[in-house]
Amino acid sequence: MNQAIDAESISLTRRVLDALRLDPVLLSLILILSGFGCMLLYSASGADDGSVVRQVTRLGVALLLLVAAANLPLRLVRKMSPWLYLGGVALLVAVMFFGEVGKGAQRWLDLGFVRFQPSEILKLAVPMVVAAYLANRALPVGWKELVVSSILVLIPSLLIARQPDLGTAILVGSAGFFVLFLAGVRWRVILSLGVLLSLMAPLLWKFALHEYQRKRILTLLDPESDPLGSGYHIIQSKIAIGSGGVYGKGWLNGTQSQLDFIPERSTDFIFSVFGEEFGFFGSVVLILIYLAIIFRGLYIAAHSTENFGRLLAGALSLTFFVYLFVNTGMVTGMLPVVGVPLPLISYGGTSMVTLMTGFGLIMSIRSAKRFLA
Amino acid sequence: MSKREHLKDDYLENRLIRRRLVLSALFILLLLGILLVRLFVLQIVDYEHFSTLSDSNRVQIKPLPPTRGLIYDRNGLVMANNLPAYRLEIVREQVGDIDLTLEALRQYVEYSEQDLKRFEQASKRRRPFESVPLKLNLSDEEVARLAVNLHQFEGVEINARLTRNYPQGSHAVHALGYVGRIDERDLGTVNEVDYAGTTHIGKLGLEKFYEHELHGTVGLQQVEVNAKGRTLRVLTEEPPIQGNNLHLTIDSKLQRVAEEAFGERNGAAVAIDPRNGEILALVSMPVFDPNLFVNGISVANYSALRDSRHRPLFNRALSGQYPPGSTTKPFFGLAGLENSTITHERKTYCIGYYRLPNEERRYRDWKREGHGPVDLNDAIVQSCDVYFYDLAYRLGIDRISSFMENFGFGVKTGVDSTGERPGLLPSREWKRRTQGMPWFPGETLITGIGQGALLVTPIQLANSTAAFAKQGTRYQPRLVQRVEKVADGSAVKIADRVVSRYRVQRDANWKHIHRAMVNTVHSLRGTAHRISLGMDYRMAGKTGTAQVFEIGQDEEYDEETVAEKLRDHALFVAYAPAEDPQIAVAIIVENGGSGSSVAAPIARRIMDAYLVGSS
Repeated sequence: MNQAIDAESISLTRRVLDALRLDPVLLSLILILSGFGCMLLYSASGADDGSVVRQVTRLGVALLLLVAAANLPLRLVRKMSPWLYLGGVALLVAVMFFGEVGKGAQRWLDLGFVRFQPSEILKLAVPMVVAAYLANRALPVGWKELVVSSILVLIPSLLIARQPDLGTAILVGSAGFFVLFLAGVRWRVILSLGVLLSLMAPLLWKFALHEYQRKRILTLLDPESDPLGSGYHIIQSKIAIGSGGVYGKGWLNGTQSQLDFIPERSTDFIFSVFGEEFGFFGSVVLILIYLAIIFRGLYIAAHSTENFGRLLAGALSLTFFVYLFVNTGMVTGMLPVVGVPLPLISYGGTSMVTLMTGFGLIMSIRSAKRFLA
Repeated sequence: MSKREHLKDDYLENRLIRRRLVLSALFILLLLGILLVRLFVLQIVDYEHFSTLSDSNRVQIKPLPPTRGLIYDRNGLVMANNLPAYRLEIVREQVGDIDLTLEALRQYVEYSEQDLKRFEQASKRRRPFESVPLKLNLSDEEVARLAVNLHQFEGVEINARLTRNYPQGSHAVHALGYVGRIDERDLGTVNEVDYAGTTHIGKLGLEKFYEHELHGTVGLQQVEVNAKGRTLRVLTEEPPIQGNNLHLTIDSKLQRVAEEAFGERNGAAVAIDPRNGEILALVSMPVFDPNLFVNGISVANYSALRDSRHRPLFNRALSGQYPPGSTTKPFFGLAGLENSTITHERKTYCIGYYRLPNEERRYRDWKREGHGPVDLNDAIVQSCDVYFYDLAYRLGIDRISSFMENFGFGVKTGVDSTGERPGLLPSREWKRRTQGMPWFPGETLITGIGQGALLVTPIQLANSTAAFAKQGTRYQPRLVQRVEKVADGSAVKIADRVVSRYRVQRDANWKHIHRAMVNTVHSLRGTAHRISLGMDYRMAGKTGTAQVFEIGQDEEYDEETVAEKLRDHALFVAYAPAEDPQIAVAIIVENGGSGSSVAAPIARRIMDAYLVGSS
């Protein structure tokens, strides 16, 4: 009897999910992760209900966008890619002139009812437009395609890097180049670009980076050199994570976090709180959940029936990984301090909305395949 | 091979993409593997190390705020220093219930809502276990009362720290400015690391303009603390570097003479050395005590200052914009000679008013019966308006405004302080832009006697006069002579900077005006003749009287109503000694009446103090 009801309710859930064109695997993983996030935020914010409520509200809005994106027909997504891209770049230019300056960088555009960062749009629009451009062309990509796509990626990335917002520029740039990579750019091109870049590194160091960015990289090599500034973040974050040990100090019990030693602990440095309170064991579990999400995305990409879907789903999943790796690399002191949040967990609405919309697109790609099959 | 590239083969393409996806997946596994190894090292291999750091013996880094640089006048008199003052400070980590503690403290010490708000703000940006000030500048009585009861309050401390002090009080306040407690707005403008531990920042004047020199470099101390945050011992210390000292161009003695010369009157006086742009005195009256602002001014004190009819907080010398009146006549005269519009011998017949061709309206001279026939010298010496109406009419506004630009009218002088305003040099283009109206000839006339839209700041007028004294060489005026590094005693002299160098076409042109200005002071008919009695040097000067309320274009001149409304500003510009100018001044006395009787004597006292008193 019980079993029958269970079976029925499962199939009901199934039917609802199908009707909404949602992927149950991806959705449940995302919800688990977000749940973790809220729990962690409660601890990181010093048991502040307000922050958690605000975060849950944002989560709700982001999920609505996920559902909306999942229900966009893939054909339409592809058609609107160039327009979204052009609109996004136009807004980036607008932000250069009319943008609001916050924390020393010009990133925000105020539309009266809402303030947002146009660079967020490009996180989706760049892989979309490159995927749409390459979808009809023969693969692996030729020289002409390579050049055109590179320009498409570089324009917004450089605009964003100028704001300056290095973190987002890295995310936008890598999203675009992942599409190219998946579309089969030849290895010798990738290799020669790699060689070229490392040769140019000293020049980039000198001319392309801001003073504070250079300082951050130097700080990474020797955190003690700037113990009052960003070196302080790294030192304290490492102490927090390291003192977590195997099983952690327990939820709400992280002394480093609770005593306010970790700066930005609700946002960019939230993983330090996690490491301290849940230890190595918790970190492994968390990373496995992330891994499952990324692999599910790659699986959907591999099983899509057309190149646009394959390229886009693949690139979005890989970008998600970049988020994860840049953030965790930063808080564990392996990478320089770059403003990239821990995806789906860090406090804040902007990146959450973009990420969820991206997952919606991946789900839309999955459904497109099923309708065709 | 190349052919295949042009054909779309979905099977091959799918295989290609899948291969790349698998490669990516492997790469991801590799990187996440590295991450896990990293975490393994941090959390398991080095666990002991980090656990020790985190648990019992925390190493803390404490910022050591630098001592703010001192300010001296040009003779080494201390204008701003730092004195120890007692502060009530709280370490939040050591306090059980912060609200209870704050409430209980009220028994022993009075603190305002403002203090509390600042305390909350500072608490937000503090490091762990850093003490946050609740009240600065405790009185001896408060210190005594608190000290006796301090044992009840865990985490509450009384600390002696250096606080800004202005030993001369209100003297030269508008030149110095003041510091105040850092607030949210200031934080956006400074590097938070450099200001960790700093509680005060320059808010106004020199203190603000030279903040980067005065502040110094933060030091730091690594200390070992126990679990409750108490310092156990100091591990390493990098001492802070004291801020640089400023040596001003201001001569305090001269400044004091000028301030006293104003008496109860409001106004401004600026004295500049025309040979290099050094500001010898910068006076704006009335003054106020900057010490009130250092530790947060009380609401009552502040509203008294803010609402005072005399507006003591207003820096008239830099921010006050006044019609210059007749003090600009020498410049217009020079403009006429330089443009060959007039010669110094040509005479205009003054009948007490001037009329534009085809216009009924009469532009009046200050002397109703008129000056009769006047040449350029007479026109300046007696300040004949009709002569300058006529001159302005002949020159036209375009030539007037482009000539006046050479002497710095209408632009900021670039003085090294805050709050300077540019004044206003009207032009056709300006009127179209701001009012959307064409320029009327009548406006040219009133501009010609320094009225109408023309506005100057006292410092601008002094600087223009200095530039005139040097036959067109205009320096950027400045308040600081040199910046002294305390650590090694080295001093950097701030270089003189020439802003523009106007070259007169014929030396004689300048000399005619110069001579007329000397005659204004020294000849019997001169408007400033009264101040020349007993003067054993020669001064060149020009009086001015500026209407505060403008009489409408259509209003008929009615002496009775005008007399009530007219509370004119009195002005005077001068430089001396006439043969070799060493000082140039501009004086404005608000609602003082005529320049000759009120403003000129102040200039005389300043000049005497500088030229006679010092020798």
